[in-house]
Amino acid sequence: MSEMSKITRTVASLAFPFILIFGLYVIIHGHLTPGGGFQGGAIVASACVMLLVAYGSENVGKRLKEEHLSTLESVGALGFIGLAFAGIGTAFFYNLFANTGGLFGNTVEFGINAGDLNTSGVIPWMNIAVGIKVMAGLTAIVLTMAIASNKHFDKEGEE
Amino acid sequence: MMFMDWILHNAPVLILALPLLAAFATPLVGKLGKWPRNVFVVSVAVIVEALVIYLASDVIANGMHTYVFGAASGILLPSGYSVPVRIIFQVDAMSVFMAIISATVTLAGIVYSWAFVTDKQGQSKYYTLLLMMAVGMFGMEFTGDLFNMFVFLEILSIASCALVAFRISFSESSEGALKYMVVSAVGALFVLIAIALLYGQYNVLNLAAVGSAIQFTALDKIALVLLVSAFAMKCGAVPMHMWTPDAYSAAPAPITMVLVSASQASMYALFRIAFTLYGVSMNTGAVGWFIIILGVLSMFIGVTMALPQKDIKRLMAYHAISQSGYMLLGVGVGLATLGSSAFNEYGLTAMKGGIFHIINHAMYKGLLFLTAGAIYYRLNTRNLNKMGGLGHTMKWTAAFFIIGALAIAGIPPFNGFASKVLIYESVFRFSPLLSIIAMLVSVLTLASFVKVFHSAFMGPRLPEYEGVAKEVPWPMFVAMALLAAIVVAMGLFPNLIVDNLVTPAAQALAGRADYLNAVMGGA
Amino acid sequence: MIANIPYIAAMAMVVIGIYACVFRRNLIKVILGVALIESGANMFLITLGYRGLGSIAPIYTNAPATGNMTLPIPQALTLTSIVIGVAVLALMISFAVSYYKKTGTLDTRKGVLKE
Repeated sequence: MSEMSKITRTVASLAFPFILIFGLYVIIHGHLTPGGGFQGGAIVASACVMLLVAYGSENVGKRLKEEHLSTLESVGALGFIGLAFAGIGTAFFYNLFANTGGLFGNTVEFGINAGDLNTSGVIPWMNIAVGIKVMAGLTAIVLTMAIASNKHFDKEGEE
Repeated sequence: MMFMDWILHNAPVLILALPLLAAFATPLVGKLGKWPRNVFVVSVAVIVEALVIYLASDVIANGMHTYVFGAASGILLPSGYSVPVRIIFQVDAMSVFMAIISATVTLAGIVYSWAFVTDKQGQSKYYTLLLMMAVGMFGMEFTGDLFNMFVFLEILSIASCALVAFRISFSESSEGALKYMVVSAVGALFVLIAIALLYGQYNVLNLAAVGSAIQFTALDKIALVLLVSAFAMKCGAVPMHMWTPDAYSAAPAPITMVLVSASQASMYALFRIAFTLYGVSMNTGAVGWFIIILGVLSMFIGVTMALPQKDIKRLMAYHAISQSGYMLLGVGVGLATLGSSAFNEYGLTAMKGGIFHIINHAMYKGLLFLTAGAIYYRLNTRNLNKMGGLGHTMKWTAAFFIIGALAIAGIPPFNGFASKVLIYESVFRFSPLLSIIAMLVSVLTLASFVKVFHSAFMGPRLPEYEGVAKEVPWPMFVAMALLAAIVVAMGLFPNLIVDNLVTPAAQALAGRADYLNAVMGGA
Repeated sequence: MIANIPYIAAMAMVVIGIYACVFRRNLIKVILGVALIESGANMFLITLGYRGLGSIAPIYTNAPATGNMTLPIPQALTLTSIVIGVAVLALMISFAVSYYKKTGTLDTRKGVLKE
């Protein structure tokens, strides 16, 4: 993919932070509203893909390396499984931090309410971990595919 | 002692979680270098193998393990009604039996890959995916929940397909992987629709809860058809076998070996659905005969397709189809006679034979695929016509190949003989014709492997391979020796295996009430 | 009858998907067929969640004070299956790209693999 016109690039740059913030909002509010780690991560990844389309895979590929994204993805996955392991004293996936009063540790109000962000224990942490993983993973997938479909790839790349 | 109890209690989940954790840690450890990463992955595989054996010894001695995720026990409603809504793992003797196979095969595959995988790129990802395959297999074998079975089936399919295409620069790998992926995806979606049909009627997903409520209505019949066809497709039974040769021959040799075990995990799911989920609520005779016919077709068509092959791995892939037929035949006879007096007379023996054949097949077919990989590693060809005289220089590989070939053909004293005798004897009492077909297939298998041995290892040394056809590096040798030792040991002491592993597994599979009561309670 | 329309639609999608998988030769269309089967299965699951008429989605934030909520299990299953579907789709498209590069065609019958 090559670079697109200046209008596209400018609009993409302008829209990027807003999409990013919306994605992060969806990740953080995963335990209250529809959405969560995967959906928010997909939104953030789509913002990155928008930049990829606007600026062309050759330019983006120089700055954003697939191996860095892979590392980030591993970190996200390890965070998720690590949090699942944290509760193994009771059972795997046990919600260790719920109702402890710490960060995300408030008790959930009974019945219908406006929703308190600071609840749910381990679930928001897992959403964040999944968000990191999905963000890095989906961006890496599209980036790799875009680079692989470059015309020059067969000559330079080892494939 | 407290620690050992803790390990034992958490063993079902540790067996899954450790490879999962290691899978994602591998790319990070891989940054330290090749040696630390390989040592890390091998040690994880060894720990998992030890955990599986420890769990197996306890399950066989003390009965089923049930592990509840996320809380100490299931949910108790204020009205006093306890519902099994949590995600659970239910590990009985059949599950641990399959887990032993998966763990051993994964361990051998990882050790073998140490020397075999020399590609410049993606080595860490290779181990990640290999460990994910192990996770998928263990998950399918341990889960007590229909939906998780689907999830682990998909994890297994995705990881295996990516590994089939690991050497993407080879011409046939993307075709084989795409074929496998489409077949697996469609099969898994059939499973999902079947699960949705069951959920729509009974409002639960727990295998035991659905099993104890099942009515065998028209919708249940549709679900049964979808489940059986999807899992039969995944285990490569004959009308749906077209993906097997392509995927098996395109994958790197250690992956092919693990793929055999992955197909057997699907076969376990098929048996679990037939015996535990539906069990005597359905017409076991009809479904049993269906599985028997699948088995006989697989046996016969698999071996006849294998005879003219010139590609060594394609040939072995067709033999893998043929050997799965024995397992389907043995267990199918058990299912067809389930609940009648014939079950105790010969049905259980047939099941024992079929189940024993699963572990035997995983070991000797794994060994054979590894020897094929060793030949490929040295000669860079899979074409039998281009090989020859390897027996002069690759003596150990030749010896391992002989062990594997004699075992697959059912020659005493190797392990294939023990399980085949159980199948022949019991199936003969069920229907003599089936037994005769099984013996004929065995003879054809021997003929086919004699051909392979002759063209690959016999004859004079070929000048073009002078200096190339050396003995394999030590990790590959260790992996093959491990499997060969297991094949010989199981062949020499089949009684030990049958009494301590296979019989509890067959009884666990047939004992539907125990499985259901472990979750649902009551007598 | 009117309540059965979603089931019919979901199964129709599954059947169209299977048709595309079996009878189309273009790999992209086969992959689209798999995606259609998946969408049909997901729709079926979601419909199962709303069997009770008049129930609302299980979101506590700002929910109305009366009325029944659906059991969120089918939604959770659908979500999982969508996540898996993304991975399957990405993998299949990657294989198709690689196949196209080697053969110069996406037609499975015309494609001749170069050695």
